[in-house]
Amino acid sequence: MSPKTLYDKIWDAHVAHESEDGTCLLYIDRHLVHEVTSPQAFEGLRMAGRDVHAPDKTIAVPDHNVPTTPGRENPDQMTEDSRIQVAALDKNAKDFGIHYYPVTDVRQGIVHIVGPEQGWTLPGMTVVCGDSHTATHGAFGALAHGIGTSEVEHVLATQTLIQKKSKNMKVEITGKLRPGVTAKDITLAVIGETGTGGGTGYVIEYCGEAIRNLSMEGRMTVCNMAIEGGARAGLIAPDETTFEYVKGRPHAPKGAQWEAALNWWKTLYTDEGAHFDKVVTLKGEEIEPVVTWGTSPEDVLPISATVPAPESFKGGKVDAAKRAIEYMGLTPGQKLTDIQIDTVFIGSCTNGRIEDLRAAADIVKGKKIKEGMRAMVVPGSGLVRAQAEEEGLADIFKDAGFEWRLAGCSMCLAMNPDQLSEGERCASTSNRNFEGRQGYKGRTHLVSPAMAAAAALTGHLTDVRELMTENA
Amino acid sequence: MEKFEKLTGIAAPMPLVNIDTDMIIPKIFLKTIKRSGLGVNLFDEMRYERDGSEKPDFVLNKPQYREAQILVAGDNFGCGSSREHAPWALTDFGIKSVISTSFADIFYNNCFKNGILPIVLPQEAVDVLMKDTEKGSNARMIVDLEAQTVTTSDGEVFHFELDSFKKHCLLEGLDDIGLTMAKADAIQSFEEKAAQERPWV
Repeated sequence: MSPKTLYDKIWDAHVAHESEDGTCLLYIDRHLVHEVTSPQAFEGLRMAGRDVHAPDKTIAVPDHNVPTTPGRENPDQMTEDSRIQVAALDKNAKDFGIHYYPVTDVRQGIVHIVGPEQGWTLPGMTVVCGDSHTATHGAFGALAHGIGTSEVEHVLATQTLIQKKSKNMKVEITGKLRPGVTAKDITLAVIGETGTGGGTGYVIEYCGEAIRNLSMEGRMTVCNMAIEGGARAGLIAPDETTFEYVKGRPHAPKGAQWEAALNWWKTLYTDEGAHFDKVVTLKGEEIEPVVTWGTSPEDVLPISATVPAPESFKGGKVDAAKRAIEYMGLTPGQKLTDIQIDTVFIGSCTNGRIEDLRAAADIVKGKKIKEGMRAMVVPGSGLVRAQAEEEGLADIFKDAGFEWRLAGCSMCLAMNPDQLSEGERCASTSNRNFEGRQGYKGRTHLVSPAMAAAAALTGHLTDVRELMTENA
Repeated sequence: MEKFEKLTGIAAPMPLVNIDTDMIIPKIFLKTIKRSGLGVNLFDEMRYERDGSEKPDFVLNKPQYREAQILVAGDNFGCGSSREHAPWALTDFGIKSVISTSFADIFYNNCFKNGILPIVLPQEAVDVLMKDTEKGSNARMIVDLEAQTVTTSDGEVFHFELDSFKKHCLLEGLDDIGLTMAKADAIQSFEEKAAQERPWV
């Protein structure tokens, strides 16, 4: 048998039907659902008189619209249209008998944090959701990607997707990361290297020593932003770190089933000599803490750099960079560390897990945020929030002057009341710095949790390593 | 779904690269539970001032492009969020085809579910088409799905590649779910086999 990549193996295990032209029906093991991209799909089912094919494999949670302030069980905290959308999910979950974590449940949170946390996401699975950041689940060695609402309806009705196979791409991060450099810096550095279209048509497998050394939280951060590089999905082969994370989770297999699962999961790696259509290699020790300066996730530079001149780019990027620099209110040649920050947002499916909060709290501990700074921590789930409170992280943040919020997507996409105002500049641990993403005319700099915490203390973009030396 | 046949229409230029789905339809319009009515908010932040008045410089506000049915766009069109509201807004406005050097994966797939034809062409071809859009409403571009060609107002013809299954579905206006349900037996046998091999799923 010819050697296979990890992607080949998972793909082959899920093809339910293949047509002559290579179009496949790919079977879906887990379908995650949230309130924004699902109402039209459920309406479509009702109109056609169709049922949900596999309700036991379908998990729903409201996250995009929900307020993150206390008392949010009261529907008056939401705008009319948000309330209708959340109520629609409540009703659809009940009517179709799918698993559901309502806003009042401590397990509620961002769908991509809840899935792994509850053990719904397991190695070797196919996982889809009407949300591009479904790529997150690839950290488990699961083939996971975002789909549109028509495809949500298709999966609800048939538990399959009509797909053609993507090409294989390998992203290898060799060596060890230096202190102050995190999974977020890896994933941003990769996009800086490949561009936002560099992964289009591919499924990426991340590998190499620096990836192997990451925790599951870090691996989820890396895979989360595979979509920002244009890839259909990102994958990391499961190993002992993965199995240890999964074991004992509410929906993980138990007993003899655990053993059987483990036997199969251990076969999920890329065979020696398997073919990749594209290979990108970065040296882990050369990656610095990075920030974005523009309005595309590919606008990445080390914190020690300066705002680039648009003329330094080629083709259509020259005009795009001009537009971005004007939108961001920056000047070419300006030091990135001279950029003043109004707001800090720590949270999202990229960086809203316990390890992210620990990294930020490490920097903040015993200090105060800059006067006039708005800073908030929005845990990715109710359980992350509870754990952070137990570990004393919540007190560290509150004592420093951070707002300590309830779980949700919050200011990552600002569909709920957490938004930037016009011209407000934010150091954010989220995933997109698009125009208007965090609020109309808001300005976003993407950073790691430690870098966000550093900016909250100093009031400007800051090399977190300087604060770490101070602490040591 | 409506069948896509031959389209003869006005083409509008949007040469900016990396036009993301947040630009195509900002999140405040995602709070709908319907598919229709989003055309008025297409490209909302680029198209309107905060008071709701039109920005006269925005391409689709210019008289010669208000009736555009084709967009000729910069590289990596539709990147970002998976929101199908983006093609819903495009189709509701009247856009039936988008031409670029590349598209983001999820957006590309979403187009076909909504009767929109995304066309990938090399840079040189897109440059010629972009130039052709300057004629605005004085010219018509022709998109022929059956022949897989785009023809400029001067008669220059460009051939494009397209997946045969996607082409078939668009030409016939087929409903994917109906097609898949016809393969219910294959799905059922897969489920039986998977239940044996991976009972923990």
